Amino acid sequence: MDAVFKALADPSRRELLDRLHAKSGQSLGELCEGLQMTRQAVTKHLTILEEANLVATVRRGREKLHYLNPVPIHEIAIRWIGKYQPGPLQALAELKTSLEKPDHEP
Amino acid sequence: MSHSRFVYVTFIRSTPEKIWDALTRPQFQKQYWFGMHIDSDFKAGSPWSLQFEDGRVADEGEVLEADPPRRLVISWRHQMRPELTAEGEARASFDIEPAEGSVKLTVIHDIDREGSKLIEAVSGGWPSILSSLKSLLETGEPLVRPSGG
Repeated sequence: MDAVFKALADPSRRELLDRLHAKSGQSLGELCEGLQMTRQAVTKHLTILEEANLVATVRRGREKLHYLNPVPIHEIAIRWIGKYQPGPLQALAELKTSLEKPDHEP
Repeated sequence: MSHSRFVYVTFIRSTPEKIWDALTRPQFQKQYWFGMHIDSDFKAGSPWSLQFEDGRVADEGEVLEADPPRRLVISWRHQMRPELTAEGEARASFDIEPAEGSVKLTVIHDIDREGSKLIEAVSGGWPSILSSLKSLLETGEPLVRPSGG
C-alpha cells in the first residue's frame, strides 16, 4: 500500500491517472499528447504507477496500451470507508425485510 | 479495430491452483461473488452461466480456452438488461501468473465496439469481486459488499 500512496503523491502521476480515467487503453504516444512533460518523464511516471499496480499494461502487437487499474484504490476505499457502510446498509436491509413481510412484523 | 476494454490486476498471496479453484468452483464463487455462482464444467467448448441464488441468469456464454491453473477465456453475453444484451458478445479472460511470493491475477473484459455500456456496467462490479476474492483467499473471509447494486 506504501507504493500506492507514493505513486499518488505526485500531481503529474495523478494527471496521468486522470487521463487514463477519461480514456483507458492509451499508448505512450497518446498519453504524451498535450502534456508539458517529456516522453522520458512520462515513461518514468508510468513505471512508478505500474509498480504500484495503479496502471496495468496490455501488449497488442507492437503497441503497449495503458489501463487504469481501479483495484488498489478500491482496496483503500473499503479499508477506510467500508467500515462506515455495513451499519446503515444492514439497517436498510432489515427495514426492507420487515416491510416486505406480508403482515409487517417488526 | 474499435473496442472497449477494461483491465483489472490484483496480487493475491495464494497459489495458482487455489485461485483457479476459487474462480471455477461454486462453493468459493458464492462467497466472494455476493451469493452468485457460475454453472459450468469449465472445459473448452462448454457453456457457462452466472446465476443468482434464485436461479435467474445474469450472464452466460461459452468457455473459449481453459488451461488450468493458468488461463481461462470465456465469451460473455449479458441477459438482464436488453440494451446491454443488444451489444452482443463480449469476452472475459483470466490470467494467473506467479509473481514474487504472490500470484498476479489479470482480468480483461472486452467487446468489439466503441463506448460499450456493457463494459461500463461490469467495470463497477469487478473491483469489488476481485477485492473480495483476494480477501477470501488471504484471510478466509470474503468482504461485505460495500454498496448495493
